[in-house]
Amino acid sequence: MIEPIQKPRRKNPLQRTQLPTSPPRARSRASHGFTRAAAEGRFMLQHCGACGTFCYPARDACPACLSADLAFTDAPRRGTLLSETTLHIPADVHFRERAPWRIGLVAMECGPTLVTHLHADCEEGGPVVMSFQLDKSGQAVAFAHPERETPNMTDDRQWREMTADPKFRRVLVTNGRSIVGQEVVAALKTAGASIVFVGVAEPWKPFRGEDALRAMEGVEIVPLDIGDEKSVADLAADVGGKVDILVNTTEHVRAGGLLDRQGTSVVRDEIDQSYLGFVHLAQAFGSSMRMRGSDGVNSAAAWVNILSVYALANWPAFGAYSASQAACLSLSHCLRAELRSGGVKVVNVFTGPLDIEWFQTVPPPKVAPRAVASAIVSALKRGLEDVFVGDVAEEIRQRLAANPKAVERELGA
Amino acid sequence: MDSNSLMQFAGAVASGAVRVVDLTFTLSPDFPVIVLPPEFGQAAPVRIQQISRYDANGPAWYWNNLTFGEHTGTHFDAPIHWFTGKDLPNNAVDTLPVRDMIAPACVIDCSTQAAKDADFLLTIPVVEAWEESHGRIPERHWVLLRTDWSKKGWRDYANLKDDGAHTPGPNAAVMRWLVEERGVIGFGTETIGTDAGQAGHLDPPYPAHHFLHGGGRYGLQCLCNLDQLPPTGAVIVAAPLKIQNGSGSPLRVLALVPGQG
Repeated sequence: MIEPIQKPRRKNPLQRTQLPTSPPRARSRASHGFTRAAAEGRFMLQHCGACGTFCYPARDACPACLSADLAFTDAPRRGTLLSETTLHIPADVHFRERAPWRIGLVAMECGPTLVTHLHADCEEGGPVVMSFQLDKSGQAVAFAHPERETPNMTDDRQWREMTADPKFRRVLVTNGRSIVGQEVVAALKTAGASIVFVGVAEPWKPFRGEDALRAMEGVEIVPLDIGDEKSVADLAADVGGKVDILVNTTEHVRAGGLLDRQGTSVVRDEIDQSYLGFVHLAQAFGSSMRMRGSDGVNSAAAWVNILSVYALANWPAFGAYSASQAACLSLSHCLRAELRSGGVKVVNVFTGPLDIEWFQTVPPPKVAPRAVASAIVSALKRGLEDVFVGDVAEEIRQRLAANPKAVERELGA
Repeated sequence: MDSNSLMQFAGAVASGAVRVVDLTFTLSPDFPVIVLPPEFGQAAPVRIQQISRYDANGPAWYWNNLTFGEHTGTHFDAPIHWFTGKDLPNNAVDTLPVRDMIAPACVIDCSTQAAKDADFLLTIPVVEAWEESHGRIPERHWVLLRTDWSKKGWRDYANLKDDGAHTPGPNAAVMRWLVEERGVIGFGTETIGTDAGQAGHLDPPYPAHHFLHGGGRYGLQCLCNLDQLPPTGAVIVAAPLKIQNGSGSPLRVLALVPGQG
């Protein structure tokens, strides 16, 4: 039974902030199959194409038949906790700070035995459900959950190390003018965020939903124009030290590619709002988030980007926009690497066309802004890194995995 | 004019006998800019990007890169800005006659009317009433419309509603009349444009732009401190940046007014 976590008290300014440390991060290339699974919230094991054996840990040949045909596939998650061990004085700095720490051995119903981190409600000899999670080093680790939901389950101390749960965290949502931004604010408040700072650019321009946003409890509207370096720096000077989760809800969608556009001002706006805005935010907020990755219950935990799935494959009908999104995707990988030493996750939420005015003429299916908001909160609670929301995004992902050239031709048809 | 008079003038500026009033808002990223429907090209907002500030990027010096549209902040409109002035000679900020950059002004105070009605329109009778008190508007003078709009907070200043901006300005008849019957050198306002917020619904649309620039005259907007100017007798110094074929430019607008001493 987990005691619910309490809202953290104000920090004692006489105490030094605990700096982030990393759990062991070395992995073999083969075991990045688990990293991929963890990033997407899937449970995948290597499965021998020749004899059908599931195996663990990652290896290059099947332990049963020596076949090299060992693809990662989605595997059954159920197992039994064979034994548990509580580490009281680990040699590793990261775990020593977090001791006591429970790990265990789980016999999977599909065959292999896993060394795993344990949720506090897992009992020796009892059934467990497994997942792979990204730990504070960004690498995949196995995690055993109790079979059924238990009280205050998500408040488990070891589980919270694997996630970026908004509960009691302080969030910056960069653009409250958009419907997506407003839905994200509402979803984060429902998820228990203690305060949501909401950026509003050009506050002299009224916007839809403004009154409701201003009336929300625990929501603070702040001036933020992410295209303006100084505006971003000024906000970071005020609240940079208390942003635990940053959700970039910038939305600047314009149709058109290259040849049907006159001049470059629209392209420039796209770059300013998406790519440069991202750069400004990262430079202003990134380093303090990285430094605060181990700062207690409300440590800095995650940076969320909402990206078009056409960042992965250009959709010429929105070609220049796709390119700006591709730039942001590339930058997100840079940020992810740079934030990793702080244990701060970078979550990329890929969507197809949203159900907003700028995709008005695009036929359905379109993604409801509320679905994006739910996906973000879910990703934070589950500790995911790559999320695909809606049918279009999922379909593009699958088609890219099958044949990227076909995707290029078909999107450009 | 002999050089003595010019030196006398310089002395009067130095002594305060001629007072210099700054009619300019600070050029900053926060200042409202004209809002067009989003499917049109947009004025780039003011951006001030630091190159260095006595730091690793330049240890002994501070400087910035700037970007902004020609029509941001307190700015000047040249005739080439509007289709009606597109074929006129010397119609851009780099070619317009420099002597036009210094000219006297008539200031028409409509602050009372504008306080009551955000959509207040300046009309010929209003100007005629002003002329009753202050005399006929001489040729090659600026006409500046004082509304005290510059004293508002920026949301009220832009005053955007779901049917567009509601800010005061001139009607079509008075603009044509000022250009053709009074020969003004230009028209200046405190609001975001020389035209009223709802001027797109006038005939012709945006009459200040239409008639001023069609007649080779100039516009000044986003002015402040007009309440410090006398109805007549102020001299305006408005020299836009010499931008190649530029349609306008942010600028420092100064008014010289009789002071103490």
